[in-house]
Amino acid sequence: MPEGPAPAPVTQRLRVRYAKRGRLRFTSHRDISRAVERAVRRAGIPVAFSAGFSPHPKISYAGAAATGTASEAEYLELGLTEHRDPARVREELDAALPDGLDIVDVVAVPAGAGKPSALADRLEASEWRIRLDGVPEGAAAAAVSAFLDAGAVEVERLTKKGRRRFDARSAVSAMEVERRAAEPADAPCAILRMVVRHTTPAVRPDDILTGLRQVADLAPPSPPLVTRLAQGPLDAATGGLADPLDPDRETATTHGSVAGAAGGAAQPQPGDAASADAVGARP
Amino acid sequence: MSVESIFPRLEPLLPGVQKPIQYVGGELNSQVEDWDGADVRWALMYPDAYEVGLPNQGVQILYEILNERDRTLAERTYSVWPDMEAVMREHGIPQFTVDGHRPVAAFDVLGVSFSTELGYTNLLTALDLAGIPLEARDRTDGHPIVLAGGHAAFNPEPIADFLDAAVLGDGEEIALAITEVIREWKAEGEPDGRDGLLLRLAASGGVYVPKFFDVSYLPDGRIQRVAPNRPGVPWRVEKHTVMDLDAWPYPKKPLVPLAETVHERFSVEIFRGCTRGCRFCQAGMITRPVRERSITTIGAMVDTGLKESGFTEVGLLSLSSADHSEIGEVAKGLADRYEGTNTSLSLPSTRVDAFNITLANEFSRGGRRSGLTFAPEGGSERMRKVINKMVSEDDLIRTVTTAYENGWRQVKLYFMCGLPTEEDEDVMAIAGMARRVIQAGRDATGRRDIRCTVSIGGFVPKPHTPFQWAAQCDHATVDRRLKMLKDELRGDKEYGRAIGLRYHDGQPSVIEGLLSRGDRRVGKVIRAVWEDGGRFDGWTEHFSYARWTACADKAFAGEPVDLDWYTVREREEVEVLPWDHLDAGLDREWLWQDWQEATDGSEVEDCRWTPCYDCGVCPTMGTEIQIGPTGKKLLPLNVL
Repeated sequence: MPEGPAPAPVTQRLRVRYAKRGRLRFTSHRDISRAVERAVRRAGIPVAFSAGFSPHPKISYAGAAATGTASEAEYLELGLTEHRDPARVREELDAALPDGLDIVDVVAVPAGAGKPSALADRLEASEWRIRLDGVPEGAAAAAVSAFLDAGAVEVERLTKKGRRRFDARSAVSAMEVERRAAEPADAPCAILRMVVRHTTPAVRPDDILTGLRQVADLAPPSPPLVTRLAQGPLDAATGGLADPLDPDRETATTHGSVAGAAGGAAQPQPGDAASADAVGARP
Repeated sequence: MSVESIFPRLEPLLPGVQKPIQYVGGELNSQVEDWDGADVRWALMYPDAYEVGLPNQGVQILYEILNERDRTLAERTYSVWPDMEAVMREHGIPQFTVDGHRPVAAFDVLGVSFSTELGYTNLLTALDLAGIPLEARDRTDGHPIVLAGGHAAFNPEPIADFLDAAVLGDGEEIALAITEVIREWKAEGEPDGRDGLLLRLAASGGVYVPKFFDVSYLPDGRIQRVAPNRPGVPWRVEKHTVMDLDAWPYPKKPLVPLAETVHERFSVEIFRGCTRGCRFCQAGMITRPVRERSITTIGAMVDTGLKESGFTEVGLLSLSSADHSEIGEVAKGLADRYEGTNTSLSLPSTRVDAFNITLANEFSRGGRRSGLTFAPEGGSERMRKVINKMVSEDDLIRTVTTAYENGWRQVKLYFMCGLPTEEDEDVMAIAGMARRVIQAGRDATGRRDIRCTVSIGGFVPKPHTPFQWAAQCDHATVDRRLKMLKDELRGDKEYGRAIGLRYHDGQPSVIEGLLSRGDRRVGKVIRAVWEDGGRFDGWTEHFSYARWTACADKAFAGEPVDLDWYTVREREEVEVLPWDHLDAGLDREWLWQDWQEATDGSEVEDCRWTPCYDCGVCPTMGTEIQIGPTGKKLLPLNVL
């Protein structure tokens, strides 16, 4: 066993929303996790480490958009050994990351409020925007109608376990062609917006494009530009997505603690260490 | 006139290629300077894949130094994988830099750093994709100066036709000097065009311009003479030596890639040069004399580098890192400073002695003690005397015993096969040594889970070393000896399973040999291989021995030379070697004498601790050994 004292326990957990934009959408999930680990060190954020021969920083990721897919709403959780002001962490971590990996929001998980629900459980669905260059809006709208009218759209994808067939339709709770001010430009372009529930197997934007091709022969001439706009709990009433970090903000307010508010000064909470292990667990 | 980024044309194509992140740039600490704000613009290339090229120290150092200089910019470019090459050809996208995504052909200089000769075909791919004529004589005033550096540039003759110029030695000062020559030449209205600039560079004796030298041959194929072909060009070209490493503390802001690369750490060169005198080692011969970086500069560089990068590992680089005069203090000081910060320290290239275990223990304080690497290089005592690797088997056993006693469980041993005068028994002695290592480990720990990995590389004779005259061992002999060794270990019931054997077959070494000691006639072979599809020759999956031999046969048809002539032929003292006009400072007579002494097994001591043995470098180059100790210590960071 390694010599020396046990690593410092987690005393504060931060939930972080980040974006991957522009050319950095070509980063893979592994690229991002290396970049975040380095940024945390450069920013001097007191991240906790696991015990053992090769200690790992306690950073866990909730899902991840595929390589090549841009996102405005990716999530990770940091376990810290000392309390930090979430607003300052947002600024410092953002400054330490390369442009294009940008920190959007940081919220502290409220202490003493019982075990908060896991972040991954709140990410019930994603809202996607798919830009299809070279596709006329009319053709896109027709394909969307055909897709929504279909009872089921079976698609096939090569997964790690081999070829799998599954229904791409049932996971889609909303889909439409984004209305834009008509541009004089002669290059046609259609933009799709959709809300897709997280299911198993996961239905990805790719699968939906496969489905659109199957039902309506929609074949974009160039690679589609896919952006995840939001992730979160699905609001049954509106069909939209709620902010998955809101429950942490709300709990913080209810319990009269400012730890969860982005601008508040964080107070050390004894007993937090008990939850240390939960942070290290990867979803 | 500004130069447009090609990125808008590249971006839609990226989803279709492997690991697109390697082509987008945007690394932490990378920079894109204003094109019009600079008079002199360098494209720096490492001619291998991004994942290998990005961490290269030479490129990172020059990138930073050139960009710091006013009105000078530098961007980087790497070899693109064949899938990307196909996409670029299909869509007419030129070789581009990853910083500004500007076409390489728009720069003033394309500086290419060759650590190995196996990057030569990749140079041709880059030139072709850039739209720069492959042969220097076909280039016109609008094309960049194609300039080679790096260790392979000490014999650039095989690629002489493709280069405008080459520079030998340390790049820091000469890159800036070249920049100023170009700036003046441009300010004066580019008098006499391309050749006017090349002549200015060549006249200094510090830049080699191959086309200003003519090579003539004897009827039997040997070189008759290499001579300058115009006035003002000196007969010899000298290497460059930076004498004060503390004045050049680069990289200050290491590039931190998003993509995964071969070295994910902050590296600091703790000294340059080596005078151990291993006769096979080109790096040790051409980088003399030893120049140490002081303990305080090392400490400051590590501090800045970690803060700027966020890396969790620090590598202390040199040709034999444990030889730094204050390595004990450096190790202890850094281990103290970074204790408890999850920062790991590594010391590649260590020699075989017990002191290294103390260092390794310091570096792994509180952490994992997995493996230690030693390089005896030769299996038998006789072989090690020939190569001047002064390590006895008893030394090695004492060292590994200490290592195992200190909790290390695995030892890795490096050897070479195909060394001059080598016999079967010299290679078979590796098995005996590995057995003793395992037994020593079992005795020291009382455990059976002791492992030893034997890693064997094929020896390639290199220019500017005592073995530059030696016959390279043919690949069939190398393969046969390695198979004998493998069979011997496999049949060993007591130790065989504790010993892992790693080696490559002998064929690639033959081609490396051709490219290392070749002359200008080898250029035809390189071009033919490239035209036939040869790429990434340093990669097993891309290298084709059959293609190289077929192209060599065709290119040398009707000539008195062939592949064997360049590789397995021993040279005589009087033969003019292709690199004799390129001066690494080593006295040719001393090299020859050392070659003669090698064959009778006489050893040479290190001149840092024993009298000078007249290798010639210091007096020829006006340099001297620079070593400590300085007596200084590393203070904790919080009191600085």
